[in-house]
Amino acid sequence: MGMKNKKWKKIAQHTIMIIFTLIMIYPLVWMVSSSLKESSSVFVDAHSLIPDGWHFENYITGWKGFGGISFSTFFVNSAIISVVATIGSILSSTLIAYGFARVKFAGKNIWFVCMMLTMMLPFEMVMIPQYIMFNKFNWIDTYLPLILPTFFGIPFFIFLIMQFIRTIPTELDEAAKIDGCNTFQIFYRIIVPLIVPAMMTSAIFSFYWRWDDFMGPLIYLSTPEKYPVSLALKLFSDPNSVTNWGAMFAMSTLSIVPIFVIFFLFQRYIVDGISTSGLKS
Amino acid sequence: MLPKREEQATTTVPKVSPKPKHKQMEPLKPARRKVKKDNHNTTGYLFISPFLLGFFTLTIFPILYSLYLSFTDYDLMGTPSWIGLDNYVRMFTDDPTFWKSMKVTFFYAGIAVPIRLVFALLVAMALNKIVEMVGLYRTLLYLPSVVGGSIAVSIMWRQLFGNDGAVNSILGALGLPTHSWLGDPDTAIWTLIVLYGWQFGSSMLIFLAGLRNIPKTYYEASSVDGAGPVKQFFIITIPLLTPVILFNTIMQVIQGFMAFTPSFVVTNGGPVNSTLLYVLYMYQRAFEYFDMGYASAMAWVMLVIIAIFTALIFKSSPHWVHYESDNK
Repeated sequence: MGMKNKKWKKIAQHTIMIIFTLIMIYPLVWMVSSSLKESSSVFVDAHSLIPDGWHFENYITGWKGFGGISFSTFFVNSAIISVVATIGSILSSTLIAYGFARVKFAGKNIWFVCMMLTMMLPFEMVMIPQYIMFNKFNWIDTYLPLILPTFFGIPFFIFLIMQFIRTIPTELDEAAKIDGCNTFQIFYRIIVPLIVPAMMTSAIFSFYWRWDDFMGPLIYLSTPEKYPVSLALKLFSDPNSVTNWGAMFAMSTLSIVPIFVIFFLFQRYIVDGISTSGLKS
Repeated sequence: MLPKREEQATTTVPKVSPKPKHKQMEPLKPARRKVKKDNHNTTGYLFISPFLLGFFTLTIFPILYSLYLSFTDYDLMGTPSWIGLDNYVRMFTDDPTFWKSMKVTFFYAGIAVPIRLVFALLVAMALNKIVEMVGLYRTLLYLPSVVGGSIAVSIMWRQLFGNDGAVNSILGALGLPTHSWLGDPDTAIWTLIVLYGWQFGSSMLIFLAGLRNIPKTYYEASSVDGAGPVKQFFIITIPLLTPVILFNTIMQVIQGFMAFTPSFVVTNGGPVNSTLLYVLYMYQRAFEYFDMGYASAMAWVMLVIIAIFTALIFKSSPHWVHYESDNK
């Protein structure tokens, strides 16, 4: 009797979870399915997830982009910005995290507090003065305002990597010191190989943020040839000018493919990273 | 005194760059002893020098500069002209749109943030109970958060709730009345709230990790004492999760106040400014009207609001946040 009850309870649990999960991912599936529908019939029986045939030509049409610039350009632009900015973020954040986590120096606590406050300071609050500053440098319509700041470290990643370094026993550092390593050698011979997972997590987040970044390109870039996918997609989808809905959904879908691929390849790093970031504060 | 150190640190930067050349180690020995005497100050500042550089040029200077700008009239041409408190006076007494955006933002954050957190907690608890297929559910439920920041999702949302969109299509198929979700000032903001709540994945993962940290023995012991699941939820789960809840709440509140992309893409602030979130209005002031002084004043007002909120949450935390070590 008890066993049977348990079994029914389990079935009920899973039924609820499955229905709930399906509702939650419905919008994403709907987007993909709309990208395969015939353009004129996207909004006929709009909710349907089964396309009327497989209209892959939406992808070919959409890829042509607008104003003679194809999505190849936009994807390359996004890739350049995201990859360079990610390299910058990780290199600098790792150095800084090591300094905060392992080196003793005067004023460390003050700077650490400054770093944590910076972490909570939203970009939007310094957006205007930064824009004026970069404008003075004649950096508008270049990638510099989007990329250069990442080379000064990203507080969230610094924090994440610091938490990771703290789990490494200091005995390792001391042993290396006895073997004649100086602080820099301890850093790149002992610590860096051990914190690769935290660096990976940070790199994935950094890539996501840069790939999705919309406000930065929106205020800094004015030449369409320089647009990343996010900004290009916004223009491409302008409700007043869109005629080919299938193509719009197709490009929307493609724009998140890199995010999906990275997610499924490195899921473990992402889940671990998020779980620890919220716990050890 | 402190800025001096910072200068010191930055002036030593060039010394490190040729470091890799020193790999042979031999000529380095006397220098190493010197570093030790130095109490590692040089080394420490060297490591954090990128942060210090960025902190002063991209955080401190801009914040102070924007404070100055907030007392000026500046359209990006020419030089800022000092007008004292005029921007603030105009904002508080003579700009209904400012108050509208403030109201919309508080309404949005005040509803969307709790919805996301409650959702995240409930789903995390459900996942914590289930043994089979947890990984699959977790992955699928986290997906909306993974892609949520993208423009594609905002565009998709706009079509989903559009007049011919999937939501109306479903309602129609069920024989229910359809609605102009994005055209009605009363419902447009709700589409954005639902969009925010839908991306509960990251909070869910944090809660799930927090739940897994609670020792099973606590529940077993309280079961013996006769506590039911509801009582256990309130006397064990919630108190032990409070540190995680604190962290989540602060981050989500800031994120909620700063939301921009959804209102920019899904509704562009309309209809009749019913979804004009604060940052969107600030953006319009700065980059559509080139009213840099006014926009800077807006940024400062929001900064103060966020600071007050964060301080209140932190200040109140000793009363409700329970740290494991308090017990021992």
